[in-house]
This record gives sequence, C-alpha cells and structure tokens, in this order.
Amino acid sequence: MNAWIAFLSILKKDMQNYYLKPPNISWGILFPIAWTLMFFLRSEAAITIRDLLPGVISLSILFGTTSMLAVTITFEKKSRAFERLLLAPISLNLLMLAKTSGAILFGIGGAAVPTILAAFLTDLSGVAWGSVLIGVVLIALTSTFLGLFIAVSVKEVFEAQTFSNFFRFPMVFLCGLFIPLTHLPLFLRPVSYLLPLTYGNDLLSSAITGAHLLPNTLNLGMLLLFSLGLFFMSTRNIRRKWIL
Amino acid sequence: MKALHVQNLTKQFGDLTAVNGVNFFVEYGEVFGFLGPNGAGKTTTINMLIGLARMTAGTISVMGHSYPDALKMAQREIGVVPDESNLYDEMSGLENLTFCASLYGIPRKDSEPRALDLLHQFDLHDVKDKAFKAYSKGMKRKLTIAAALIHKPSLLFLDEPTSGIDVASARQIRYELKELNQNGTTIFLTTHYIEEADRLCDRIAFIVAGDIVRTGTVTELMQYHESEQSVEFTLDQPLGDLSSIQEAFPQTAIEKAGERSLRIRSVQSVDLLPFMRYFDHVGLQVYEARILRPSLEDVFVNVTGIEAEKMKNNQRGAHR
Repeated sequence: MNAWIAFLSILKKDMQNYYLKPPNISWGILFPIAWTLMFFLRSEAAITIRDLLPGVISLSILFGTTSMLAVTITFEKKSRAFERLLLAPISLNLLMLAKTSGAILFGIGGAAVPTILAAFLTDLSGVAWGSVLIGVVLIALTSTFLGLFIAVSVKEVFEAQTFSNFFRFPMVFLCGLFIPLTHLPLFLRPVSYLLPLTYGNDLLSSAITGAHLLPNTLNLGMLLLFSLGLFFMSTRNIRRKWIL
Repeated sequence: MKALHVQNLTKQFGDLTAVNGVNFFVEYGEVFGFLGPNGAGKTTTINMLIGLARMTAGTISVMGHSYPDALKMAQREIGVVPDESNLYDEMSGLENLTFCASLYGIPRKDSEPRALDLLHQFDLHDVKDKAFKAYSKGMKRKLTIAAALIHKPSLLFLDEPTSGIDVASARQIRYELKELNQNGTTIFLTTHYIEEADRLCDRIAFIVAGDIVRTGTVTELMQYHESEQSVEFTLDQPLGDLSSIQEAFPQTAIEKAGERSLRIRSVQSVDLLPFMRYFDHVGLQVYEARILRPSLEDVFVNVTGIEAEKMKNNQRGAHR
C-alpha cells in the first residue's frame, strides 16, 4: 500500500478544513503585525525592527502552530473522527506526521508575514537567509510537536488552549525574544534553557542580527532533540491514553 | 481458517474485568451477531477486534493475521462502522468517501468511480456534493457504511448500524447488508434490535457482564429454549382462581396470559387432551389452543435475564 497517498490526503484535508479557513489566515497575518507594532511602539530604547524580527518570527510560529493542533487533534478526537485515522493501515508515527505537517507549514507561512513586513520597513541586507529558513523550520517543528504533546494530554479543546498558554506565555518572557537572557534574574535562567524557543530564537538572532549567546550547533542539536522528544512522548501518550 | 478467531480474550480496566476470557469465531461469509445489554462488554470487545483497544490477555486472529503483531495487515481487510457517524462535517459525501479510500492507499482516480457506485447504491448520489453536516441522520448512517466499504473489506464490523434512524433507511441498510453478505463479505454485527439480529444473523453470541453466555445459530438457540414447552389456551369466559387447575396438573407451571387466556409451561411435552377434558369438565369452552414458539427475544430474555424492551430503552437513554 502506498502510505504516502494517505499522508498527503490527511495533510490536504487538514489544510482545506482547518488551516486555509479565513479566520486562521487572518490570525496568521494579524497576530505577527500586532506583536511587531506593540514592541516597536512601546520600546523607548534604540531598538530596531531588525532586532525585533527574531522574536516576532518565533512568537508567530509558536502561537500559530500550538493553537491549530488543539483543533486538528483534540477536536477530531472529541468528535471521534480521529478513530477513523487510527483504523487506517498506516503506522501511528506516519499518521501523526501527517496530522502535524499542516501545522508545520502553517507555522512556516506565519513566519513569512513578519519577515515580508520587515523587508518593506527596514534594510535586511546581510541576513543569512539559509540559517533563517533552518531556524524557522526547526522552531515550527518543535512548536508543533509541543502543541501535539499538549493536544494529546487533554480531552477538550478549551483545555488544550488553556494548557498551551501555560507554556506559551512564559516563553514570551523567558526565551530571550524581547528581553535578553542576560537581563533575566539568575534564578530564572535555568528555566530558559529548558524551553525550546530559547534555542530557536538564538539561532534566528544569529542569522538576522549576528548576535547570539550559544553556538549554532548547540541550538540546532537542542531543537532537534526537543522535536524528537516531544514527538515520541506524544505518540507514546496516544498509544497509552487513546488506544486503551 | 476462520475470518475471526478469538480465544480467551480478556480486558481489564484496573480491578474491573470488562471482558472475561471470551472465546468465539466467525466463519468466512457468515453474519455473526453480538448481542448484549449496555455495559456487557460489546463495545470493548469490538474495540479490541478493530485495534482501538489493547487486550489484557488472549489472542485475536483476523483474516489469518494475529494481533498485535499483524494489526495493520488486518486493518487493511476490515471495514468499521462505529455506533456514531464520524465522518467530516465540512466535506461533501463524495469527498468523505475518496478521503477514506486514500487512507487505504487508493488514489483518487481509482476511488472516485467506486465512491460514485456506493453513493448510487445507498441512494445518496443526488446529495454527493452536499456537506456531510447537511445530511439527515439516516443519510449520515448510510454514508458511514459506504465509507467502511470503500476499500472493499473482507470483514465488516458494524456497531448498532440502524440505531436511531428512520424506518426506510434502516430497511435499506438491512437490505444492503444482506446483499453484501451474499456477495461474500463476512459481517460482525452488534445490535440492540433482536428482530434485526433474527433477520440478518447466521449465528449469534450473547454477552452478559463480560462473559459470552450462549453462542449458536438462531435455530440452535431456539431449540435450547424450546426445552421448555409453552401452550396458550384462550377460553370463552374470564378466568377465576388458578389453584384448582394447578392442583390438577402439578407438573406444569400455569399463569394468566390475559383476561380469558392462560399459559401452561412444562419441561416435558404438553399433552393437550387432558387440558381439553379438564376445561370441558369445569364448563369452559376452548376457543383456541396454541403451542408457543419462542422468539429470539425470548431466548435473549431467558439467557440474559433482561427484557429486550428495557435494553432498547436503556440504549436510547445512553444515546441521549
């Protein structure tokens, strides 16, 4: 059997049914604009759009991906449509990759919005675009798998959103997006290093502004580690909790 | 080799044993009914058979594929109709069917003609482009069955296929299931409608509190029940006290079946002549004497101790 037919079909179905709906598209555009303006207008220091860009990209991906997984996974589980997918003769890993691929693409698309806006507002020459792309893809992967982990840990869509905020809002302040890690109180810094976005944002900063705290290889390695860990913890939870 | 072979299948949730070492098999080309009251373990058993629940102990073999190692192989050959229609609301009937086909690796160019055939077969062709959410309950049920058939499964599991739908749709579904079976599809059916099981099933298993208490063909189950014979007499006058007739026939159990009728039950064959003589002696005229054949419902009540009507009502309550 060609499992890739099933993979592409699930991806296409999710894109059509969830991701390409007008409210989600507008969310993907408005949210990054709002974040950019908020930080730009409120900042009294000599902060530039280029300085803000890594953080805004990271946030756009984080919020876009984690929000969508609550719908595509938790909602389908609740309506029992997910059972239909579990009955398909494809492996659980491939099924979950298909279910998360839409969110990963949505996250990457969300990252393009602030990047394009910034290109109109400031000079982006000297940006290492290849590294930006790698950073965006890895942040999209880790954020999506974080969303997956949250989605399979709860029963209701509202619980998924609430549980997501438990992770998302601390990340806004603890991952160096707008407040450099060196400015954080010492006791909070270990927490920062437990959050995947710290490494993703550092990777993007390195590619966009040249400033970074950690070696890029460490950032890459940690993001891959978080991705794999969250994905396998999620599939383990599905086997344990949903296939009773 | 059997289409489905279950040995010592057990499922425990903590201290609760939901399914207690059940054994049964389903022959190729058979319609097998799985009947039992709410909470008997039917859905848990089905979930284990289709791979949505893990067994605590025992073995399952579906179309020669043993679980859990060959679960995915088996899933290629089974179709599942859950007790609730679980297709995608936003997608049309046709899109739902081609999507379900794609889960089995069937490309759209191959699945679309098959989907259109199924839509014709279930009288849904006119609404093929309508969103699933706009379908009536009966139409949703029919499309859910069509979705389970899109990849031409050899073994079809149906959980309450006609529950809560209109009479016409239910009749059509029963007709289509018979046709499918005649064309070689093996069917595993759970239902609360005893008459449906009676009409459709070749063999039936009754499950109560996690145990299979009786398995057999409909005829075998009836014969088992017929070890007790019942005769009903309708008389010309209302009946008074039954004590004198009971004294005259101490080997039988006698009860009122209506104002002018009484029912006689005996583990031995009931000889009508002594009763006719007795009624003549006490001045009662017999209008009718009827040997009562048990229905599958009688067998069910006898085996499970649960009135079928009560079971149906419980099910309606559960659906609400």
